[in-house]
Amino acid sequence: MKQVILFAALFIMLLNQAVAQKYYTKNGSISFFSKTSLENIKADNNQVLSVLNAQSGEIQFSVLIKSFHFEKALMEEHFNENYLESEKFPKATFKGSITDMGRVNFSTDGMYTVPVSGDLNMHGVTKKITTTATITLKAGKVSATAKFLVKLADYNISIPGIVKDNIAESVEITVLSNFDQKM
Amino acid sequence: MTSIKKITGIALSVLLYSTRLMAQTDSTDLLSLLEKEVAGDEKSQTSYTTATFKTTRLINGHTVENAAAGVLDVKISHRFGKLNGGGYELFGLDNASMRFGFDYGVTRYLMVGIGRSTFEKTYDAYFKLKLLRQSTGKRRMPFTLSYVPTIALKTLKWEDPNRKNYYTSRLYFTHQLIIGRKFSEGTSIQLMPTYIHRNLVKYASESNELMAIGIGGRQKITKRISINAEYYYQVPNYRLTGTTNSLSLGFDIETGGHVFQLHFTNSRGMNERTFISETTGLWEKGDIYFGFNISRVFTVGRRKK
Repeated sequence: MKQVILFAALFIMLLNQAVAQKYYTKNGSISFFSKTSLENIKADNNQVLSVLNAQSGEIQFSVLIKSFHFEKALMEEHFNENYLESEKFPKATFKGSITDMGRVNFSTDGMYTVPVSGDLNMHGVTKKITTTATITLKAGKVSATAKFLVKLADYNISIPGIVKDNIAESVEITVLSNFDQKM
Repeated sequence: MTSIKKITGIALSVLLYSTRLMAQTDSTDLLSLLEKEVAGDEKSQTSYTTATFKTTRLINGHTVENAAAGVLDVKISHRFGKLNGGGYELFGLDNASMRFGFDYGVTRYLMVGIGRSTFEKTYDAYFKLKLLRQSTGKRRMPFTLSYVPTIALKTLKWEDPNRKNYYTSRLYFTHQLIIGRKFSEGTSIQLMPTYIHRNLVKYASESNELMAIGIGGRQKITKRISINAEYYYQVPNYRLTGTTNSLSLGFDIETGGHVFQLHFTNSRGMNERTFISETTGLWEKGDIYFGFNISRVFTVGRRKK
């Protein structure tokens, strides 16, 4: 009898592994960087929600605008109040997919560079984004990183003339998700 | 034996079925589940209201705002002469009195400041302590409460240097509570009950204690411009005869690191004692002073994470 139960337990465990095709985290990070000759501006957010479907290649992010933190308090205030208007548009989302997910072998360690495309929604505007991401598998842990440029004007974020030289027209967005959960 | 097998079989199929169910929830569902979970976490956390006002001053007086920790706010303020001075005085522009001052945020709760006004050669020093912060979520607080005690020192030459003059007779103390609420993204209102103590009064009949209650607010008209108003009502019997209540109207214009405040007021002085208790101008007579404050912030200390 004990053997049967043991076998059943083992079987269930194996089965669970096979269907564990969704990875997610609540502590992904997104940072952005604006570089001009006058000033570099950086903000970080470490409360990014992110989901990766290992089978279909679907990848999604959701982030609260007010969780971006800046070194200068006034920048953070202006970011929320004037630029991203976090009261009106509290979150930004990305819904996209990795096209050649079949190439990624989730059972062994490895690094893959994969194309990602999808819709980025922020400040009430949705625009298509295409970039490449790196998926890393190490000791059963999955992580993904990507870097891309976003043009502020595309998202109706207007920069007043007086600070035009301080804020870049396009800011660099860096995404890092260590998928610590799966189901 | 067979019954155990049966139970194991049932358990197995239930498990199988549930894993399949889980596999069927697509990524969108999982994301919205996560979002809901986080929204639930938000409710169990406290979210503090920020940017009730653009800067630490409304027009003449304080707002509930503090300079952020590690931030130095340099303030330069001017009040020109009376508009009813006419063309001869270029409507007041020929005369200007000014105040420069420094506000520094020590912590999130505490700001300290000093200033010097040309009007009556007055130095002032104060701190502003946030006692309560408007918040939603776990801890709900409908308003922000600040306490601002100010000490002012007049340094004009003694009127009569021959008599015995005490340094303490030039000191003025103000205690102010500020109760402010941000009603919406654009609208904020505050009340400012104020108590002023003057060490020396002109006549024996005058009171050393003066009291007033202020009301002020702002309404944003664009993201970066707001209209402000500020009024101090002096309590009867606790006011100086011949004085009027201070009424000021103005704009805040925010341009990145600067806030420009342009205003019209019937008060000439720029510290609490002078504009609350010693205003003599009357709006209806044209005793209106045009003025501006410029605020420029510098991040000097490192921000605590």
